[in-house]
Amino acid sequence: MELLSNLALGFQTAVSPMNLLYCLIGALIGTVIGVLPGIGPVQTIAILLPTTFALPPVSALIMLAGIYYGAQYGGSTTSILVNVPGEASSVVTCLDGHQMARQGRAGAALTISALGSFVAGTFATVVLAVLAVPLSELAFKFGPAEYFSLMVFGLIGSVVLASGSMLKAVGMIALGLLLGMIGTDVTSGAHRFTFGIPELADGIGFVSLAMGLFGICDIINSLEKRESRDILKGKLTGFWLSLSDIKASAPAVLRGTLCGSLLGILPGGGAILSSFTAYMIEKKSSRNPESFGQGNIRGVAAPESANNAAAQTSFVPLLTLGIPPNVVLAMMAGAMMIHGIQPGPRVVTSNPSLFWGVIASMWVGNVMLVLLNLPLIGIWVRLLSVPFRLLYPAILLFCCIGLYSVNNNTFDIGLTALCGLLGYLFHKLECEPAPLILGFILGPMMEENLRRGMLLSRGDPSVFFSRPLSLAFLVLAAGMLIAVVLPGIRRGREKAFKEG
Amino acid sequence: MRIRQPKDFLTGVMFIFFGAAALVMSARLTIGTAAKMGPGYFPFALGAFLVVLGAVLLSKGIIGAKGRQEWPALQLKPLAIVLLSVVLFSQILRPLGLLLSTAGLVVLASMASHEFRWKEALLNAAVLLAIVLVVFVYFLEFQLPIGPSFVAGRV
Repeated sequence: MELLSNLALGFQTAVSPMNLLYCLIGALIGTVIGVLPGIGPVQTIAILLPTTFALPPVSALIMLAGIYYGAQYGGSTTSILVNVPGEASSVVTCLDGHQMARQGRAGAALTISALGSFVAGTFATVVLAVLAVPLSELAFKFGPAEYFSLMVFGLIGSVVLASGSMLKAVGMIALGLLLGMIGTDVTSGAHRFTFGIPELADGIGFVSLAMGLFGICDIINSLEKRESRDILKGKLTGFWLSLSDIKASAPAVLRGTLCGSLLGILPGGGAILSSFTAYMIEKKSSRNPESFGQGNIRGVAAPESANNAAAQTSFVPLLTLGIPPNVVLAMMAGAMMIHGIQPGPRVVTSNPSLFWGVIASMWVGNVMLVLLNLPLIGIWVRLLSVPFRLLYPAILLFCCIGLYSVNNNTFDIGLTALCGLLGYLFHKLECEPAPLILGFILGPMMEENLRRGMLLSRGDPSVFFSRPLSLAFLVLAAGMLIAVVLPGIRRGREKAFKEG
Repeated sequence: MRIRQPKDFLTGVMFIFFGAAALVMSARLTIGTAAKMGPGYFPFALGAFLVVLGAVLLSKGIIGAKGRQEWPALQLKPLAIVLLSVVLFSQILRPLGLLLSTAGLVVLASMASHEFRWKEALLNAAVLLAIVLVVFVYFLEFQLPIGPSFVAGRV
């Protein structure tokens, strides 16, 4: 039982007092930002990344992972109580969750979302542990051609499964790849696109780009909207589920967990997509679909389980293949690289205690979240009453201080302002920044593998089509592209993103 | 000529701009051959791709389906103030130190909100300053210049 000894090693790492503390901090911060609308895991990881520099890599990753799945717990609270999604992945929870709250069943809705998330988190931890070793062994057989094709597949996947215009998303990937080229070329040592600025010789800082495109840009957008919030007043009671609640929601939790675990692994998948899909499955499979949107507990249980499961299984492609399937995981990849760990199949063998420690910490974090979340709901609700006009200067300040401490220079802060401006432009033109970040992260790797592959084949591009695995990835990528262009599926895709 | 889909049109313009910039700049680098790619090869290909894609979007914007999109509306006040406050912080952190630059950032940034009040912004700045000193300077031991550099030593 190699798996058991691996997990034992993981738990040994995860329950050391220091890692327990960082797991708790990560889970709590994640919950807080999950509760607050307008700030999500991407922004938070960007802001907190510099604070993890002083930590050992394993503690840093445990904390950052905690932020991601903690946000899935917190996001549902806001959806249910305020009818504003705290997190993009909790959008569908608003539909039935807030209706339940209006019928005085907010307590039950919160309980089922916490319990569903916990079941899903436990299952997803097992999936991650079981898949990790075989997948990374497979990845060792990859040559440059396979890697290049896999990255093409991953990038196309992120486009197909994202909402909005395909053409724009493809362009954003290309732009991200180009931004990733800025700096010194590894092979030749030539400076590319540095405009003679010495600070750019190491490339654009990942933290600057992410904070500008997400943190600062989101603040500007929220200020334009001048939104106000309407919090559900009144005492929260009735956290216990009735027998009929349990009967209705248990199968929904299981279906949501399976759906989320599967979609989390796919490129472009992750928490947002899986919660939408899980909700649609529940609605389609129900005998009375019209009860959805009226406070059906299954409409809370399934998407909440799915988003948490997906948040965790999306670590599979990152940790085993080195390919981040979505933008939050791209942030995690950036974090790993800053800590000197190249994400990919080598992590399992060269750094087993880190690898298994992070996996085990996810389950530990889930236990903490389910124990802490319900008693602390009162605090989370009060947090929601902090007005945005006090909150955003704080976010800006923490961004700036974090940025300064990355390299102890102020150049990165100015660069972030520029990225914020760029992000604002993208937002106005309805270009999603997520594909750009994925391209930015994968750019250098993709170029290196393309160069190596072509060098080995002496300039013959057929190498990407003659090796079976490489061909399979390219065929899959082409298949996805064709599927989206076909009118029938295209309509279904648009519907899926609008309705949910 | 009327532009029917302004957002597609403008995105096309943007992609062409970035693509052309990449083409021009990577043309100055060694391109190399397919078997032995130079530093300019991949960016040149990407730039060309982006220009073509931009052209497609641009023409789609002109001749595409009629008027579902509107010209994007810009509100310059929040944009300018938020970006300015960040730039201000980056410029005065070294010479004036953390205390003054924090106050400057928080107060200036607060002005971007339509609910701005002086008293509240100053109070917020004071609270945040305390948090920064305790969390970042004391606990996380960030190396930050605290006082102005012309005051001898550090506070």
